[in-house]
Amino acid sequence: MKHVRNLITIAAAAAAIFASAPASAGWEPTKPVEIVVAAGAGGASDQMARMMQAAIQKNNLLKQPVVVSLKGGASGAEALMYMKSSDGDPNKVLIAYSLIYMLPLSAKLPFDWRELSPIAVIALDQFVLWDNVNGPKTVKEFIDAAKASSSPFKMGGTGSKREDHVLTVFMEKKTGAKFSYLPYKSGGEAATQLVGGHTESNVNNPSENLEVWRAGQVRPLCVFDKERISYTTKVTETQSWNDIPTCKEQGLDVQYLMLRGMFLPGKVTQEQQEFYVDLFSKLVQTPEYKEYMEKQALKPIFLTGKDMLQFLEEDGSLNKQLMTEAGFVAK
Amino acid sequence: MEALGLLLHGFAVLLTWKTLLLMMVGLVLGVFVGVLPGLGGPNGVAILLPLTFSMDPTSAIVMLSCIYWGALFGGAITSILFNIPGEAWSVATTFDGYPMAQQGKAAEALTAAFTSSFIGSLVAVMLITFLAPWISSFALKFGPPEFFAVYLLTFCSFVGLGREDKHKTVIAMALGLLLAGVGMDTVSGQLRMTFGSTDLLRGINFLVAVIGLFGISEILLTMEERLALRGHAASISLRTVLAVWKDLPKYWMTLFRSSVIGCWLGITPGGAIAASFMGYNLAKRFSKDQDSFGKGRIEGVFAPETAAHASGTAALLPMLALGIPGSGTAAILLGGLMVWGLNPGPLLFVEHKDFVWGLIASMYLGNVVGLVLVLSTVPIFASILRVPFAAVAPMIVVSCAIGAYAIQNAMFDVWLMLGFGVVGYVFKKIKIPLAPFTLALVLGSRAEDAFRQSMIISGGNMKVFWANGLVGTITTLAIVLLFWPLIDRLVASVSKSTPPAAKAEA
Repeated sequence: MKHVRNLITIAAAAAAIFASAPASAGWEPTKPVEIVVAAGAGGASDQMARMMQAAIQKNNLLKQPVVVSLKGGASGAEALMYMKSSDGDPNKVLIAYSLIYMLPLSAKLPFDWRELSPIAVIALDQFVLWDNVNGPKTVKEFIDAAKASSSPFKMGGTGSKREDHVLTVFMEKKTGAKFSYLPYKSGGEAATQLVGGHTESNVNNPSENLEVWRAGQVRPLCVFDKERISYTTKVTETQSWNDIPTCKEQGLDVQYLMLRGMFLPGKVTQEQQEFYVDLFSKLVQTPEYKEYMEKQALKPIFLTGKDMLQFLEEDGSLNKQLMTEAGFVAK
Repeated sequence: MEALGLLLHGFAVLLTWKTLLLMMVGLVLGVFVGVLPGLGGPNGVAILLPLTFSMDPTSAIVMLSCIYWGALFGGAITSILFNIPGEAWSVATTFDGYPMAQQGKAAEALTAAFTSSFIGSLVAVMLITFLAPWISSFALKFGPPEFFAVYLLTFCSFVGLGREDKHKTVIAMALGLLLAGVGMDTVSGQLRMTFGSTDLLRGINFLVAVIGLFGISEILLTMEERLALRGHAASISLRTVLAVWKDLPKYWMTLFRSSVIGCWLGITPGGAIAASFMGYNLAKRFSKDQDSFGKGRIEGVFAPETAAHASGTAALLPMLALGIPGSGTAAILLGGLMVWGLNPGPLLFVEHKDFVWGLIASMYLGNVVGLVLVLSTVPIFASILRVPFAAVAPMIVVSCAIGAYAIQNAMFDVWLMLGFGVVGYVFKKIKIPLAPFTLALVLGSRAEDAFRQSMIISGGNMKVFWANGLVGTITTLAIVLLFWPLIDRLVASVSKSTPPAAKAEA
C-alpha cells in the first residue's frame, strides 16, 4: 500500500512538472475514453460528463470518441468498485465527488481513493440553504420558525449519511433547532418536493435548484462557504448568485464545499497520467467548460500533482471528522 | 386557444425536409433497437445522443424522441412474437399477445398493439397540448404518502383483480419485494443483501430479470413440449389491418379507460409500468367474459398498450415542466437537454417556445409516421414466425444475452438472466404468476422509500395516508380493490337477498 502511494506521489509530482509543457508525442488513448459517472442519469455528475463529452468533441481535444457510462448503482458505490477493479486501464476516467471519502465510512465499502490515480481537481461545488418562497425570508426567521414549530421542520436531501445529511446535522448542532431529514434519490427530487411544500427546506447544490429558483418557487437563504459565490450576472429577475449571503454573515457558522475531481484507475503509467492532466488542463480553458461553471455556479479551482494530493488528504480528513462527529461512521 | 396557435407554430418549425428525414431515420433506428430485447429505448437514445451534439436542439430532440417512439412500437413486436418484453411496460402485452401469435393471429395482435399505442399516445399528447400548466401543478401535489398510495393501489389491484390464486400472487409479490431490497438502501444509506459481492451492489436490474423470466423460460418450455414455435403467420395483408380497425369502435370503452389510467399514472413518475398492468387488469375486471383473458383476446392487447403509451407520452410532461424524468429514456433525454443549454423547469415553456412546441408537434407527426411505418412492415416481422424454431431459438438466446449484458455492461447480469430463466420455468410449472413478481421487483424499492419517508414525516403514524383528500382517496381505493372479491360477493348476495326480504316486509 505504502509504496503504491509513493509511486503515485512521484508520478503526480512529475505530472505537475510536465503539465505546463506542450503535449509530447507520448502515450495516447487507443480505445474510446469512458467517463465514469458515479450517479444517475440527469444528475450533476452526469451533466458534467455530457458537457465534457461535448467540449472534447467540439474542440477536437481527443482523437478517440468519448463515451459516458452511468454507474450510479448503490449511490455511486458501483462506480468506485468499477474503478477499483479496472487497475491499469487508462481509458476510464472517474468524475469523483465527496462520496470517495464518505461511502467507505458510512457503508463500509472496501475502497480508498489512494488506490486510484488522481488527475485533477476541476471544480468545487457549493451548498445553499433553500426554503419555499412562502416560507421565512431570512436564516434567523427560518431557524426561529423551526424551533417554534410543533413538529420538526422537514429537510429534504440526496441519500442518507451523505453531504446533505451531514450539513443538516451540523445545522442542528449550531442552532439547537430540530429537523427531520428526508432522504430522496436525487437532488432534483428534493427540489420538487420543496416546491410542492412536502418539505420546509433543502441544502441542494446551486445547479439542482437553479430552475425552481428562476421560476420564483424557492428562496436561497444562505451559502455554506466562507465567501459569497463570485458570479454577479443576474440569474433571476432581481438576484445573482453573488446576492446570496454566506451563512456565516447570517449567524450560522457552517461551511462545506464539495470537490469535483478526475481520477484514473490505479497502476496506470506516468505517461498515461500526464496525458490526462494535459487533456483536462486544456478542457478547463474551453468556452463550453467556462460557461458550464458559471451556469452551475461552481467555484473555479484547478489542482494537479502534489497540490491535488495535499488537497485530497486535507479534504479527506475533514470529511472523516465531520462524518465521525455526525455519528455516521459504520462500526 | 392559445395552445392551438402555438401548436401550429410548432408544426411550421417541423415541416422542413431535413427535419422530416431525421424523423424517419430516428423511427427506423428506434424500431430496430426496440426489437432487440434489453437494448430498448434508454440504451438506443444513450448510444445515439452524441450524434446530435452538432445539431440544433429542435432537430436533435425530434430525432431522439422519434427513436423513443420507434422503440416503443418495436418493444411490442418481441412481446407478441416471442414472449420477450423489450421494455418493462410491454410485460402485460405478452399476456394475450403471445397466445394470439401462437394461434396464428400474430398480424392481428401486432396491428392491435401498434394501433392502440398510437391511440394512447395521441390522447396523451392532446392532454399535454391543452392541459400542460394545470398538470404540472397537479404533479407537485405528490409527496411521499401520495407516491406510496399509488404504488399500494397497483399492488392491491393485482391481488384483488388478478385471475390467479390469491396466495400465489402474494407469494410471487413477496419474493419480488425481497429481491428489490438488494443493494443500497436510500433511507439508511446501508448496503443490504449484497454479501460482500461487488456485482450485487447495484441491485438486481429489472430488465435482466424480465428477459430471463419471460424469454429464456419460454424457450425452455418450448424445448420441453415440442421443437417448434406453435404459431404460423397466416395471411397478412391490408385486409387484416382494416379488419382490426373496423372492430375498434367495439372496444372504445377499453381504449378510453386505458388512456385515462395511462395519462393519470404517467404524470406521476414511473407510472408507465404500473399503467400497463392496471389497464390490463381493469379491462379484464369489467369484461363479461373474464376467462378468455390470457388465452389470446385482442382486448388484452389493446388495454395494456394503450395505457403504457399514454403514460409513456405523458411522462415527458413532468420531465419538461419539472425536470423529473418519468422513465429511463426520459432521464437520458433530460441529459441531452442540458447539453443543448435547455434547462427543464417551469420556465422552459416560457423561454423556449420554439423548442417545446416543436417537440409537442413532433409527437403528433412522429406517431402518425411511426404507425404507417410499422404497419407497413408487419408482414416482415410476422414472417419471423415461419422460420423453424431450431434456427430462431439460438438467435433469441443470443440477443437476450446481449440485451442483458448491454444494460450495465456486466457479465454477471448474463448469468443472472439465465438464473431467472430457470426460476421462470419453475414458476410456470408450479403456476406461480410471473407478473406480480416482476411488478414487485420494479416498484418495490420505490414503494419502500416512499413508505419510510412517509413514516419519517408522520413520526410513525399511519394516519398520514389519509391526511388529505388526494392521498386518502387513493389509499381507500387501494384497500377496496384488495378486498374486491369479497366485496363483489357481498354485493351480489345482498342484491339477491334484498328483493325477497322487501317482499316479506310488504
